[in-house]
Amino acid sequence: MATGLRIKTAAELRTNYLRREMFPTIFCDGCGIGNVLNYTLWAIDEVGLDLDRTVFVSGIGCSSRLPGYINADGLHATHGRALAFAAGIRAANPDLTVIVFTGDGDGAGIGGNHLLHTIRRNMDMTVILVNNFTYGMTGGQSAPTTPDGGFSSTTPYGNIEHPLDICELAKALGAPYVARWPVVSPAQPVKSIAEGIRKRGFALIEMLTPCPTAYGRRNGLKEIEQIWRWYREHTVLLDEWEWVEQFGSPEEREALRGKLKIGVFQDTERETFEDRWAALVARERL
Amino acid sequence: MSTHRELIRRALGPRVQFVQGDDACAYGAVLAGCTFFAGYPITPATEVAERMAEILPRIGGCYIQMEDEIASMGALIGASWTGAKVMTSTSGPGFSLMQENLGYAIMTETPCVVVNVQRSGPSTGQPTMGAYGDMMQARWGTHGDHEIIMLCPASVQEALEITIVAFNLSEQLRTPVLVFIDGELGHMRERLVIPDDDEFELVERPRATDRASYRPFAPGPDLVPPFAPFGSGFRTFVTGLTHNEDGLPRASSAAVHDQLVRRLAAKITSHLDLITRYEEFYADDCEIAIVAYGITARTCRDVVEEARRRGIKAGLLRLISIWPFPEHVVARWAERVRAMLVPEMNLGQIVHPIREAVAGRCVVTPYARIGGELHTPAELLEALEALQWQPA
Repeated sequence: MATGLRIKTAAELRTNYLRREMFPTIFCDGCGIGNVLNYTLWAIDEVGLDLDRTVFVSGIGCSSRLPGYINADGLHATHGRALAFAAGIRAANPDLTVIVFTGDGDGAGIGGNHLLHTIRRNMDMTVILVNNFTYGMTGGQSAPTTPDGGFSSTTPYGNIEHPLDICELAKALGAPYVARWPVVSPAQPVKSIAEGIRKRGFALIEMLTPCPTAYGRRNGLKEIEQIWRWYREHTVLLDEWEWVEQFGSPEEREALRGKLKIGVFQDTERETFEDRWAALVARERL
Repeated sequence: MSTHRELIRRALGPRVQFVQGDDACAYGAVLAGCTFFAGYPITPATEVAERMAEILPRIGGCYIQMEDEIASMGALIGASWTGAKVMTSTSGPGFSLMQENLGYAIMTETPCVVVNVQRSGPSTGQPTMGAYGDMMQARWGTHGDHEIIMLCPASVQEALEITIVAFNLSEQLRTPVLVFIDGELGHMRERLVIPDDDEFELVERPRATDRASYRPFAPGPDLVPPFAPFGSGFRTFVTGLTHNEDGLPRASSAAVHDQLVRRLAAKITSHLDLITRYEEFYADDCEIAIVAYGITARTCRDVVEEARRRGIKAGLLRLISIWPFPEHVVARWAERVRAMLVPEMNLGQIVHPIREAVAGRCVVTPYARIGGELHTPAELLEALEALQWQPA
C-alpha cells in the first residue's frame, strides 16, 4: 500500500472478479454500493486474495446483494444473520477467507446481537457494513442509524430515536480493526478494507454510503452533488474531532453535533476464536 | 496416528452404556460423521450439546455455542457449505426460532440435522416435561411450500440409530432432517449398545466433480444436485431467493419458482421408499388398531398384548418416520380395521394426516394427553375396549 493504489479499470475488474451474467446490478442511480464493491475489489487485488478460497457472505438488503456480483463462493443468507452463517464457515473451515457485506439495518438492527457476539468471539472475518441511514430495499424506513430528526417513510415527522454509532460499539467490544469512511473518495476505504482483510481477527469497515432514492429524497439529499457535499461537511477525522473536543471553542464543539467521526477507530491485536479452538483441539484431541 | 473412526470409538467410550436419549442422539451424530455442532442451551435438550462439546474437540471437530437458536441454525448452514456434517439440538421455543433458517436450508439444499427434544408449550410452558406438541410445527413451521423429513425414535437405542439414518437421508437428499424425541425419552436412561461400523451404513452427499460443467442447482438423477463445498474452486453462489439452476436469483419468474419449489418437494416425495419407517404388531388379524409414535408407542405395545389376552383383536402401527406422512401405510391399515385409536402427547396433531389417509374407511379416535405425563396402559386399554363396541 505504501507505494500508492493502482486503480483497476472497470474492464479489468469485470474480467477478474465479477460474475458477468449478474449484470446490470439492482442499484439505483446515485447509490454508493457500487463504489463499495469497487473499493473492495481493489483491496482484494491489492492483498492478492485467492478467490477460490474466499467466501462472500451477506444478509438481506441492497448491500447484501453484493456477493452475487462477485465470481466466488457466496452465501446470501437470511435477514440479519450473515455473521452467524459466516461464523459457521470460519469455525468449520478456518482456511477460508470470509468477507461479509451487510447493511446498517441488516448488520446493526436485526443482526445487532450477532454483531456483538461475533466481535466478542473475535472470529477472523472482514465485515464491510454499508450504512445508508435507512432500509433502502423496502423503500426507506427508519433504521437504527437514521440521524436524529431524519425523515423516512416510518418517521414522517422526523426521527426521535438516538442513532447507533456502530464503530464505537465495535471498538468497545474489542474488535481488532474498526474504521469508518464515506464513499466519497477511494483511497482510505481501499486501504482500510485491505488492512481489515490482512488483520487476524474481526475487522469492521463501516462505509457511509448515499441512498438518494429512499433516504436522500426525503432529506434534501437527492442530487449527487448535494449528497457528496453533505458527506464532506458532516464527517470529521478522528484526530480533528479529538482536538476540537479537547481544545476547541464552545462554538467549534457545538459544531460537532450531528456529525460523524471518520477514520481508523481501532487497530490492535487479539487472539481469535479459531486460534483458541485450534489450541484446544491440539491439547484435547485423543 | 489414529484414523477418524478410531478417534470416534475412543471418544465414545465403552460399547455398552447406560445413558439418556439425549446422549444417544449425540453418539449417533458422531458415529454418522458429524464434525460440527452449533447450539444454544435449552431444557430438555441441553445434554445433546454437552455431549457434543465433550466429544467434538477430542475427534478434531468443532463445537460452538451460539448467541441464540437463530444463530445456531445459521452457523450450521455456513458450516455445512464447507462440506462438514452438522447438527444442532433444541426444544420447542428454540425450534420456533430456527424456522426461518430451516426454510433457508430447504431452499438452498443444505444438509443438516436438527434434534428437537420436545417439551410442553405454547411458549415457555413446561421446560422439564415431555410432550409432542411440535409435530405440526415441524411440518409447517417455516413459511412457504415445502416438504420436510422427520423421524421419531421410541427408545434410547433407537435414538442413536435414527440419528445415523437422519444424517444419511440429509446427505443423500441434501435437505434438513428432523429427529424428534421428547423430554421423557431425552432424559430417560436405558442400556445402549454402540454399534460397530459394519453394523450401519454411512451415506455422503453427492459431490460435483467437473468444474467446467458445474451448475450448482442442476439436479442429478435423484433430483438432487451434486454438491461443491466452499473453497473447492467451484465458486457457488447460494441464495434463499428463488434461483435458477446456476444458483442465480430469478425472484420474479413464475416458471423458475414453480420448477424449483416443485423439485424440492419432489426430491423428498419421490424417495418415500428410502424414508418411510414403521413397525407393525398383529397387523394381520387386527380389528382395533392403535397408531402411535415416539415414547407413547412403548406404552401401546404393552396395551396391545394385554388387549389380546382379553380377547380384543388389537394391533399397533408404530410410525417412525412422520414426515413425509406414510399415507399409504395408514391407508392399508384402514382397509382392514374397524377403528383406530390415536394416543398423542398433544391435543391431536398427527390424528389429522391419519384421518386424511383413512378417508372415512374406519373410525379414528384421538386420545390426547398433555401436561407432561405419559398415557397409562390402563386408560388406553379402557379406550380400546370402548372402541370394540363401535359400530363398523
